[in-house]
Amino acid sequence: MPLQPIKFYQAGSFAVGNRLLDPDQRSVQARTERSNTLTSGHRACQGCGEALGARYALDAAMRATGGRLIAANATGCLEVFSTPYPESSWQLPWIHSLFANAPSVATGIAAALRAKGRTDVRVVGQGGDGGTMDIGFACLSGMFERNDDVLYVCYDNEAYMNTGVQRSSATPAAARTATTGAVGPEPGNVFGQGKNAPLIAMAHEIPYVATATVAELRDLEYKIERAMEFRGARYVHVFVPCPLGWGSASRDTIRIARLAKETGLFPVFEAEHGEVVSVSKIRRQVPVEEYLQPQRRFAHLFGDPPRTDVIERIQAGADRNIRRFGLLEGEDAATDGLMRVLAETDRGPQ
Amino acid sequence: MTEKPFAITLDVGSSLANKTGNWRTERAVYVDRLPPCNNACPAGENIQRWLYEAEEGADGYERAWRKIMEDNPFPAIMGRVCYHPCETVCNRAQLDEAVGINSVERFLGDEAIERGWTVEAAAEPSGRRVLVVGAGPSGLSAAFHLARLGHAATVLDAGPAAGGMMRFGIPRYRLPREVLDAEIARIAGLGVEIRLDTKVTSILDAMREGGFDAAFLAVGAHLGKRAYIPAGSAAKMLDAVSLLRSMEGEERPLLGRRVVVYGGGNTAIDAARTAKRLGAEEAIVVYRRTRDRMPAHESEVEEAEAEGVLMKWLSTIKRADEDRIVIERMELDETGFPQPTGELEELGADSVVLALGQETDLSLLDGVPGLEVEDGVVQVGPDLMTGHPGIFAGGDMVPAERTVTVAVGHGKKAARSIDAWLRGGEHRPAPKHELAAFEMLNTWYYSDAPRTVQPQLELARRQSTFEEVVGGLDESTALFEARRCLSCGNCFSCDNCFGVCPDNAVRKTGDPEHPYAIDLDFCKGCGICVAECPSGAIEMVPERI
Repeated sequence: MPLQPIKFYQAGSFAVGNRLLDPDQRSVQARTERSNTLTSGHRACQGCGEALGARYALDAAMRATGGRLIAANATGCLEVFSTPYPESSWQLPWIHSLFANAPSVATGIAAALRAKGRTDVRVVGQGGDGGTMDIGFACLSGMFERNDDVLYVCYDNEAYMNTGVQRSSATPAAARTATTGAVGPEPGNVFGQGKNAPLIAMAHEIPYVATATVAELRDLEYKIERAMEFRGARYVHVFVPCPLGWGSASRDTIRIARLAKETGLFPVFEAEHGEVVSVSKIRRQVPVEEYLQPQRRFAHLFGDPPRTDVIERIQAGADRNIRRFGLLEGEDAATDGLMRVLAETDRGPQ
Repeated sequence: MTEKPFAITLDVGSSLANKTGNWRTERAVYVDRLPPCNNACPAGENIQRWLYEAEEGADGYERAWRKIMEDNPFPAIMGRVCYHPCETVCNRAQLDEAVGINSVERFLGDEAIERGWTVEAAAEPSGRRVLVVGAGPSGLSAAFHLARLGHAATVLDAGPAAGGMMRFGIPRYRLPREVLDAEIARIAGLGVEIRLDTKVTSILDAMREGGFDAAFLAVGAHLGKRAYIPAGSAAKMLDAVSLLRSMEGEERPLLGRRVVVYGGGNTAIDAARTAKRLGAEEAIVVYRRTRDRMPAHESEVEEAEAEGVLMKWLSTIKRADEDRIVIERMELDETGFPQPTGELEELGADSVVLALGQETDLSLLDGVPGLEVEDGVVQVGPDLMTGHPGIFAGGDMVPAERTVTVAVGHGKKAARSIDAWLRGGEHRPAPKHELAAFEMLNTWYYSDAPRTVQPQLELARRQSTFEEVVGGLDESTALFEARRCLSCGNCFSCDNCFGVCPDNAVRKTGDPEHPYAIDLDFCKGCGICVAECPSGAIEMVPERI
């Protein structure tokens, strides 16, 4: 879609809804008839980013598929807090098998649908960063490599939260977890380890890879809907803060996600067939301290004296992302994801 | 033994059976906080609310205009002459620039005149009669609100036309007379009787003769103050109030080529700009203090300077002759008071206009028992009643800032007090809500958008004509401006709370006054809705445990 210059600002453009927009231009989450795929009564902690991200993503997928959607879930918080036997919070066909095999289960469902000639029903696999990037990684890579017709959504909260905040391959450097204590000369998780799952997914040259955060709903919904326009393997990586594991205030979940993007620590982009096609620009750039300080998992960096050397290394990582993905304004602004969403909403009543 | 499949002992249930609301120690509560603009408005307008209506465009404009009319019968006049203290305190100024509230108000006022919108009385006729003395902004505002409250209001004015200082003090280039006439005609259309050329010499007699139950005095302050300046017999001196008033007559005053205006208030600036338009080559404002201590409003000083009006700061006039004056340079002492230096200077001047403030003619109050006058103005209580029961006063004749908007606000307040007094009660204004401070907003959600600037008449044109200087916004720019409102402290139905709840515990009610409600069965009290509310219209309160 060609980008339109924004000429007509209005209050609340970045908000979930907008009473001034035509109903069909409003976000899925602004609608009373949204699916609420993950409904009330689940046992996620106060302010859980994963619960929010899962409802955002699956509601958008439900809208894109007209409600014909099956979900396969890996073991993890999302599974545990949503389905304590015999209760379920899921309002769509949903299956949990094992920790490692959610991509394979999703592949199997897709194969069964193909055998039955059902092209109308679509499949989503989902899990946390542990189930996706560590334990289920072979299954996920296989699903990508075979280009199975599955959208896999990873809710990344940067550690194994369900079992008590152990380090995963998504845990950022210097973060304190149960297995990376804030002790010794190099406290917290070590630098130079871990992996970047979206870039690995892109290396499979699958049709669609995107990253998103719970702070930018319209962008997240756009990417899920865009992903459903493709057949074959697709991967969306959603950044979901965890108040419990990160030691942040429950009310700050969205703010922390926003800061992750605005510092450059979590680049938000989308890629088709292995190539980046759009990048969400940083709107109000802030130093990494603003992101780190509200989280107790980084509290050891702000002691007396503060570990400015470590903070500088984290800032260097953010700067590298900014350079690598062109996250600042003016660098290839034509493909700015947020601008695109705004330009769409901007066609409101005039 | 059982119908259930192997190893299954319980029916599948929904998590809706699990009422997570009992985790909560704090709950989110929707609130209406007081937007700074509303708090600052001397006329007590609900600015945030009428901008909210105007944001919708089309039908919204009329609803917005009616919302203004609840507090102020002069939207088109306000949109031209109000010094908009609302914009000075606008929270948006901390983000980019203040919302152009004044220009949107003007657009709505003009729209109403063009479309012929009118208002009706809101209450049944009470059968009570109220006398209003003075057809200026305060008197007309009071009469308007009294009529809306069901009382028969009669306005008496000594002048030949209604409007008071809006007509005889504010030049045409700031307030075209057709706008003034249209908004006054609407008040008369409400059933308010306006009798002109009728000077009230004694308020008690007038009340008795007319059979009035109460009176509102708003005679204004239209006597120019004099200062003693030694002057030669041929020196031409006049006061600014008379100059501005004579502009409404047939004959244009002759001021000469070089005009000096003495004073630093808005009237001085008006007089200098008027002189310029009358053909003066030089119009110089002589003021004894510095620019930052000048009582005139910044925007008017800027416009005057752009038109070529010159300013002479820290100067007093010692003497005036036929074609020149002598001024003395002043110096501010440590208390900021100007002190003479003895340094003299001559300045060419064909006439001197004195704009040294105005006084009130209070002769109609002679012999009224209980009434108190101090420093030339009438003393009133918080309800604007004078010491004499049933006689109220407002506008320039009571102690307050002398602006049209303050006067209009007095009119409304007096009308409500008179209404309560006539009905045997006391008007108690509703307690003010907590102020919506900038820190309570989450400004991430507002897009950046600089203010639409009202087009200004080309300089050359406005120096020589009395055409309106500041142009109006057109429809699309007015809408743009209205939509820049942050809706501080008040819900504007953005759906953020509805969307960001991880527990799906916010409901839409369908009630436009309270669009959302928290489902306390499931709200865990995380506070995300409070943190992410753009306008600061939700707060967390502790649960009683």
